Amino acid sequence: MAQIKALILTGFGTNCEMEMAYACRKAGASADIVHISEVLEGTCAINDYHFLNLPGGFLDGDDLGSAQVESVRLKHARVRTTGRNLFEEIETFIGRGMLILGVCNGFQALVKSGILPGDPLGKRRVSLTFNDSAKFEDRWVRLKVNPESPCIFTNGIASLLVPVRHGEGKFVTDSDETLSELTGERLIAVHYADQDLSPTMEYPLNPNGSVSAIAGICDRTGRIFGLMPHPEAYIHPTNHPAWTRNRDLADKGEGILLFENAVNFLRGIL
Amino acid sequence: MAIRVEVGLKEHLFDARGSRVKRQILHAFPRLTPPGRISCFDIYHVDADTVEQAFLQEAFCDPVIQDMSVGGVLRASAGWYIEVGFRPGVTDNVGRSAQYALELITGTRIPVFSSRGYLIQGDYGLETAQAIASECLANILIHTIRIFPFPAGPRIEPCIPRITGLHEPEVEEVSLDLSDGELLLLSQTRTLALTVEEMKTIARSLRHPGTLKNRESMGLSGKITDVELECLAQTWSEHCKHKIFNAGITYEENGKTKKISSLFATYIKGATAKIRRAQGKDDICVSVFSDNAGVIRFNDEYNLVFKVETHNSPSALDPYGGALTGIVGVNRDPFGTGMGAKLIFNTDVFCFASPFHSAALPPKILHPLRIFEGVREGVEHGGNKSGIPTVNGCIVFDERYLGKPLVYCGTAGIMPGTVGGEPSHIKKIDPGALIVMSGGRIGKDGIHGATFSSEELHEESPTSAVQIGDPITQKKLTDFLLVARDKGLYRAITDNGAGGLSSSVGEMATACGGCLIELEKPPLKYHGLSPWEILLSEAQERMTLAVSPDRIEAFLALSKRMDVESTVIGTFTDSGFFHCTYEGRTVAYLSLDFLHNGLPPMNLRARWKAPVGDNRETPVPLNHGIKLKEMLGRLNICSKEYVVRQYDHEVQGGSVVKPLVGEQCDGPSDAAVIRPLLDSEEGVVVSNGIIPRYSDLDAYHMSACALDEAVRNYICVGGNPNHWAFLDNFCWCDPVAGPKNPDGEFKLAQLVRANKALYDYALAYACPMISGKDSMKNDYIGGEVKISIPPTILISVIGKIEDVKKAVTMDIKQSGSHIYILGATKKELGCSEYLASWGLRGSRLPAVEAKKALKRYRLLHEAIKQGLVLSAHDCSDGGLAVCLAEMAFAGGFGMDINLDRIKSEKGMNDTEILYSESSSRIVVEVAQEKRKSFMALFGRDASCIGSSTQAPCLIIRSKSGQTLISEALADLKAAWKKTLDF
Repeated sequence: MAQIKALILTGFGTNCEMEMAYACRKAGASADIVHISEVLEGTCAINDYHFLNLPGGFLDGDDLGSAQVESVRLKHARVRTTGRNLFEEIETFIGRGMLILGVCNGFQALVKSGILPGDPLGKRRVSLTFNDSAKFEDRWVRLKVNPESPCIFTNGIASLLVPVRHGEGKFVTDSDETLSELTGERLIAVHYADQDLSPTMEYPLNPNGSVSAIAGICDRTGRIFGLMPHPEAYIHPTNHPAWTRNRDLADKGEGILLFENAVNFLRGIL
Repeated sequence: MAIRVEVGLKEHLFDARGSRVKRQILHAFPRLTPPGRISCFDIYHVDADTVEQAFLQEAFCDPVIQDMSVGGVLRASAGWYIEVGFRPGVTDNVGRSAQYALELITGTRIPVFSSRGYLIQGDYGLETAQAIASECLANILIHTIRIFPFPAGPRIEPCIPRITGLHEPEVEEVSLDLSDGELLLLSQTRTLALTVEEMKTIARSLRHPGTLKNRESMGLSGKITDVELECLAQTWSEHCKHKIFNAGITYEENGKTKKISSLFATYIKGATAKIRRAQGKDDICVSVFSDNAGVIRFNDEYNLVFKVETHNSPSALDPYGGALTGIVGVNRDPFGTGMGAKLIFNTDVFCFASPFHSAALPPKILHPLRIFEGVREGVEHGGNKSGIPTVNGCIVFDERYLGKPLVYCGTAGIMPGTVGGEPSHIKKIDPGALIVMSGGRIGKDGIHGATFSSEELHEESPTSAVQIGDPITQKKLTDFLLVARDKGLYRAITDNGAGGLSSSVGEMATACGGCLIELEKPPLKYHGLSPWEILLSEAQERMTLAVSPDRIEAFLALSKRMDVESTVIGTFTDSGFFHCTYEGRTVAYLSLDFLHNGLPPMNLRARWKAPVGDNRETPVPLNHGIKLKEMLGRLNICSKEYVVRQYDHEVQGGSVVKPLVGEQCDGPSDAAVIRPLLDSEEGVVVSNGIIPRYSDLDAYHMSACALDEAVRNYICVGGNPNHWAFLDNFCWCDPVAGPKNPDGEFKLAQLVRANKALYDYALAYACPMISGKDSMKNDYIGGEVKISIPPTILISVIGKIEDVKKAVTMDIKQSGSHIYILGATKKELGCSEYLASWGLRGSRLPAVEAKKALKRYRLLHEAIKQGLVLSAHDCSDGGLAVCLAEMAFAGGFGMDINLDRIKSEKGMNDTEILYSESSSRIVVEVAQEKRKSFMALFGRDASCIGSSTQAPCLIIRSKSGQTLISEALADLKAAWKKTLDF
């Protein structure tokens, strides 16, 4: 069986790299946490990997808006050895049919650099802005998975319980047409949902006021997926906020399912 | 000519930041006609004649959500446009990121400065606009304000906060051959915070023939240089030397006197040394009181490192910047301990005056709501952006924190027991090792922070003491240094906090016996700093390292690659001197021995006279249900969810017991449990205890009860009482008697008693104290007003739970369980929340019975390990009634409780049983089938006081069997939540 190699790209303010690597390893991949500067230096190549993880955090402090500086870095910082910018490296990575997962700040980086929705690649069509509450909030949310979505990561999952931890997670589109396209192409992989698993605009079930209760989207191939909530924060059963209320613990948290799907998919194609 | 770029949300989008600003304005000006729409703008002042618009667009604007205007404004509605920028030299994180983004695109470095614009719709006069600006949007200590009438306003010009009026670097020589009065004046005008006696000690040392000869050999005269004087002042400051804690004290009580040579050595270190001796091979301490933080064993491979600090004075002046600097500053303590620890959690405790304070404010004091919000946001940004979970904390309210808020910030780290085969907690420095400074650059930020915090706050307090932290620069720094540590690229590390390089290099130099700093080497933010300023600056995000010459190349290369600035600034030596040069010339040459040991000890008097309480009968409420709801809504009891939610409490993936627990994830957790090693089920437990109002009767019991509260909280979640340690953190009002401080001897007596209590109870619980902090001048003097905080101790416990799956939370889990109370309830309502709600003080404080309590805690730990406990919650502020209500509404199950089943002192009425704050009591839920095993452990120490019910209602029956309280859980929870529901 092929060894699936996951890369967790860090530095400049990311902070969920450790648990993301842990999730990848638990799911059966090998995982390297690599600083962006190592990639720029050429000592590590994105295209030596199968599964690119963009973890959450505060890239560059989110000083110019979440992941805004990261989008500039992806397009303008060049790898010393190849002379290509990071975006071009990722383009090649996508062309190879590999998987990308962006969580929270990583999701923001994917949409702000136009990797999601990725049609055309590099064009910004959606964004994530300040929560309607105008507050950073840490709370657990219920996600409904869109069963018709091509998303590799959510395949076979009906719903997920995971935490959000962000101040800029309200999903918006540049136009109604884009929203219809996302809906029509079934690219909205996960919605914020209520107890009955209906997508909801009700706060705090929908914690930020995202249009159409969008919590995460994928590209047309389903291989690139970004979401605001943190699946890597629910790998161990005791991560659940009320686990002491039901001590018949599962042996793992629900968040790991996304990573297992990724690894299984890659095993199938490699 | 510069360029002003304005970026704002597209008009059709909801401006969430604007809505928040509107709420803040209405909080601050409740009588104001509410403003209309408020729009927020991000403004970038680019210091160049021209930059291509497309470049600006790509750097600063998200076209999906934002519009951009170069040179103009985006909106033209009627109202006031307020632009808030930074004063020259103030840390501008947004500006720095903007400059970096623009440089990535253009390839050239163009300075960029940020500001924030607010367009406020409303028919206000200029004065109102000015008031809104200075009360809600800006702090004039760090910000500049520009106000424009709209839409007819003039063109808004760019505004570059250039640093002007800087002098050429110079070294001044100061004669100390002065009269006492002149020496004192010199100390005051330079913010040295040295006493006449200390100034004279320095003057005497200069006159010593040996000293003179040494100085001459370095080209120095018998006058002291400003570099030396400032260095001595900060090294000898109360902040750094803890003079009061090390003073000789004559303590007088009931006519008897007792000599104490040093509170710190006698009570704090003394207790720990005794405990460690007694524990022998079971001693978990690794490094105590000798480094930036305390170190204990976690398991065979890893150690835990923990420190709690305060940042009170800066937070009083600039709540946001002060608190932000407080949290990122304390991060550097465990990070700068031994060879450096990875940071695993933050814990914060704040003390404020009521945010609803309505009386007039003394000069220069910010409204408590503003302090609350600023501190909350500073810690939010500092903690969240650093990727360190904020797992536990609390907020205490008392009117006396109006003069100075207390901002306690704590951080723990984990480090391997050995790095490269060497014990990681030991700083070993060989002479010849290079002194390296890594991280941020040096500016005038925070100069005199150490000496400033050693004085009371007054109207002329220096504003240069205010700094703003930069969590991202620090994150990059810590990312880099952990890699460098594991590659063996440095040998020792310490942080630059109070006193800057003077303090960090001065302390490290004791490990090898000397140092030579070349003060022209450290990189500066701007030209024009004198050598003493470079040495003393408390500019943030800097670590000092000892790097051996054969590793320096690799160290600097890695640093550059990871986008961190590192500079060799000197050499560690064995000369015996703290030696500084500036451009080749010696500007400081102080014997290390004199620098660290030359300070004459203080001698102080303490006089204890027990305050008189009132012995009135405990008032009985007309309606117990209404009273309970009132109690739940009191500031010291009510939900702090508003604050807790805004802190990331689960980053790093190891969260086990969160600060909010229960059915709806909103119950108040007793303590936090995390798994710092994701592959392991071993957990770290952290808890806090603080009860300052008890000082009004006796600081001894205040101290003991704070310690017991921290312990109870720790035990309730499953912490192991054989693998734990305390941190003590004193915040006092000035205990040195003087003309401005007539009751100093009493305050010192309170301090002595508080220390004695820590000694007694740490020994009784066999729990070592491993590190701590004291902040001694928490007073405000302004006009005719003096406000002193109540003597306050924060006790934090850190320890271990072997298996996190055994952890327990406080929410009731099911109906039909038995509810027990452990420990006896006594008529101890002195300084209780209940009496405070009637404006009374009472007379009898809770006294901690340590022997019984420890036995109880050990048994409860055993019961938790055996899985006998469904939930456990400690009785603290508001006593049993509040404890029961919290457990019930957090769990969503009712309770039926009989007060006659409670073991209480004779003569106590129902009200007293409900609200007594007797210590060491814990309420426990046990499933019916576990009852026998539970009782077999506890016997008579546990009383079954009722059961949990399906009906969502808290019922409490009086001793005579009548229904005292019958309240729906939803109503109780609503009362508890509404107070701070901002």
